[in-house]
Amino acid sequence: MLTYLSRRIAQLLVILLASSFFVYNLEAIAGDPLEEIKLSSDPKKFQTMQALIRQLDLNTPPPIRFFKWLGGIVSGLWGNLQMGDARTGQSVAEAIGNAIPTTIRLVLAATILAIVLGITIGVITALRQYSRFDYAVTFVSFLFFSLPIFWVAVLLKQYLSIGFNDWLANPVIDPVWLIGIGIVSAIFWAGVIGGDLRRIAIVSASAFSSSTLLLWALSSIDWFRNPVLGPVFIGVAGLATALLITTASTGLANKPARNASITMVLVGLAIYYPIQQVLTKNVNGWILVGLAVATVIVGLIAGFLWAKEDRAPVMRTSTITAVVIAGMILLDRLMQEWNVYVANDFVSYRPIPTIGQTNDMIALQLDEEPDFWLGSLDSALHIILPTIALTIISFAGYVRYTRGNLLEVLNMDYIRTARAKGLTERTVIMRHAFRNSLIPLTTLMAWDFAGILGGAIITESVFGWTGMGTLFRVAIVSFDLNLLMGTFIITATLAVSANLISDLLYSALDPRIRVGTGE
Amino acid sequence: MTDKNETSTEVAGSGENAIANKEIEGLSQGQLVRKRFVRHRGAMIALVTLIFIVLFTYSASGLHLGTEKQPISIPGWWHYGITDLSDLRYGDGVCDDGATGCPTLQLNPFAPEFGLGDHPFGQDDIGRDYFALVMRGTEQSIMVMLIIGGMGGIIGTVVGAIAGYFRGRLDGFLMRLTDLIITIPAIIIGAVIGYKVGNLGVVVLGLYLGLFSWTGLARLVRGEFLSLREREFVDAARVAGASNKRIIFKHILPNAVGIIIVSVTLSMSGAILLETGLSFLGFGVVAPDVSLGSLISTYQDSFATRPWLFWWPGLFIISIALCINFIGDGLRDAFDPRQRRRITKKDRQRAVTAGN
Repeated sequence: MLTYLSRRIAQLLVILLASSFFVYNLEAIAGDPLEEIKLSSDPKKFQTMQALIRQLDLNTPPPIRFFKWLGGIVSGLWGNLQMGDARTGQSVAEAIGNAIPTTIRLVLAATILAIVLGITIGVITALRQYSRFDYAVTFVSFLFFSLPIFWVAVLLKQYLSIGFNDWLANPVIDPVWLIGIGIVSAIFWAGVIGGDLRRIAIVSASAFSSSTLLLWALSSIDWFRNPVLGPVFIGVAGLATALLITTASTGLANKPARNASITMVLVGLAIYYPIQQVLTKNVNGWILVGLAVATVIVGLIAGFLWAKEDRAPVMRTSTITAVVIAGMILLDRLMQEWNVYVANDFVSYRPIPTIGQTNDMIALQLDEEPDFWLGSLDSALHIILPTIALTIISFAGYVRYTRGNLLEVLNMDYIRTARAKGLTERTVIMRHAFRNSLIPLTTLMAWDFAGILGGAIITESVFGWTGMGTLFRVAIVSFDLNLLMGTFIITATLAVSANLISDLLYSALDPRIRVGTGE
Repeated sequence: MTDKNETSTEVAGSGENAIANKEIEGLSQGQLVRKRFVRHRGAMIALVTLIFIVLFTYSASGLHLGTEKQPISIPGWWHYGITDLSDLRYGDGVCDDGATGCPTLQLNPFAPEFGLGDHPFGQDDIGRDYFALVMRGTEQSIMVMLIIGGMGGIIGTVVGAIAGYFRGRLDGFLMRLTDLIITIPAIIIGAVIGYKVGNLGVVVLGLYLGLFSWTGLARLVRGEFLSLREREFVDAARVAGASNKRIIFKHILPNAVGIIIVSVTLSMSGAILLETGLSFLGFGVVAPDVSLGSLISTYQDSFATRPWLFWWPGLFIISIALCINFIGDGLRDAFDPRQRRRITKKDRQRAVTAGN
């Protein structure tokens, strides 16, 4: 194993070296960094050119300059990393250090959302293979596959941001919309649940009436002007999620699991008011991390206490429920800030922005008077549109992939064995089929996470974020080799590591595959 | 081919197997694939739509190759070129809401001005005909897509076949080369290349992009070759004295052609999105030439007032990519030996009546 790993890592280093040499010289041949200055009519352009030649070391031929640059990177091994300066004079390391958090913020939520939604919908379509729902999802995912992200982004800006902000001025849902949304939800749930005609009728009728009624009720109590969750919603929705999680995780027949997760809902309600005293304006990241750890511990303890035997599944169920409930409480706290936020002079009742990563004026205000929740809400609202755009694009891949994998696994002999043993359908699907179908998916996930840092060039450009993608774009246009190579080396390292990690994960998850025993 | 035909040689059992086997009796592999593909309704609709789009575009816009300085062009039937300026339509009774250059396309057959009109997709800021621009953009995008797909297909197949068939050092070298190119994100290569050769015309852009888009296929083909070369029919061919070339081309490649075709098809929808994305960023096709991506990029801010400038190029990108995805899906189903059609009630009935 160790020899295998060291051989692979040595290979990776060679590949990285070769590809960065290649990119460096490709970009050096591609254009002349002085071109813009040469064309200008600035009387002092000769001096500017000389200065730039000295700054960028342009008299050295690119292949040799590459090795100088490489020397700076290699000296990072003994803590003296030299990535050089960008054309603007800013240090590349600093520029990248600023860009990485932005990019992670931009893409992480979208990737996780796409994975969770994609896998869920993929599993459902696989279980309802060849149904109308399956065909509809197939069509939609092909459509999503074919959408250019810049096109989606413009549409989102127009309808979700500008349209929604206009609507928010007088938030009353049109009856036509009410009925339309009701019909859509009826069709969706009827497709998901399936069954005979009678069941479809019941499901679609209840989906239609519940969604229409809910929206109508929200609209009539003016909820959209004043959106909060409140303990009542958390109680009801929490109970529903607790039952749903138990169904998927252990099955409702498992009494300890059910009781443990219901306990978590009750605990959540009990601490709802006390916890507001902790989640004040001055809360910081460390307190939140502490609370998250506490949530997990409470979940584990509740599961441990309720279960007399076979504790692991019960503890798992209660912990998942605890985390979801904690998320709801956090979301509720964030939404309490809504009224303050929209009434802010720089927001003036148009809360969904079309562009940017934060509202600069609010950022200035926050510098004077820190408010954790206002700042978080501002970031959260700025992230909505890019997240939706990115989710739409990568969601389709997960749906198709999960569906294909699960169908393949469901045809395996061991599934037939599991059914023949008399296991419940839930156990067969969740434990025997679903888990095994996730194995090939790890590869896709590893690649997706690696792609996070470099893959959002277009999205960043459309939404005006300055992350890694923007650095790339700027570097390419201005022939800024240090900046380009700095961003490239990080993206490339992540890509090759993802490749290695996905191979290792694959062999760890699937004992039939062994690495290191020769190729 | 041994196991691909297993379903037909297997003793026709009762019920579904019998019905399914009846259908494929005595058909060659090619006939089977064609039959399955034609039966895939989505893929057939997509194929017809795509052929229509391609014919419509190329007949309307003609063919434009070469660079700006040395253009090679064959004009199409549309009477405006992309540089022709005509009077901008505006004013009351012509355009609503004070917009300029609104479209004249009228799809209502009872309206007096039914038909294309003078500017079916409207006009841009300075009065150029937007139909001509969109057609030219579509022409360029389809061309780049085909070139990338073709180049990627050829290089990927050759590299994968050589690596998988000869194995050893050559395989090691070729696969490390593949790893190397995979490391470099497509958009960076595209950006650097597009920036350098974007003004040399779309063919050159497509060729350069194609040079870097074969890696996925090469891995796939290599895997397929690695497993196929161990099979009995390859041994038989070798014992019979067939040369390596003959074994590769006559024995192994026909068995791997399914995955190649499917993968190339699906890569083309990625290619059109890559090209439009690059042009959107300003790296691909550059002005004065137009691409669907550059049109959207130029007019994205006009969406609120003149939405047609945004909808038409997007509609063409999506239709082309969607059609290709459906065709690819149909091909995958058609080439999949395990694929069987669902046995419907009607089939059962037919089988019963045929049996009687």
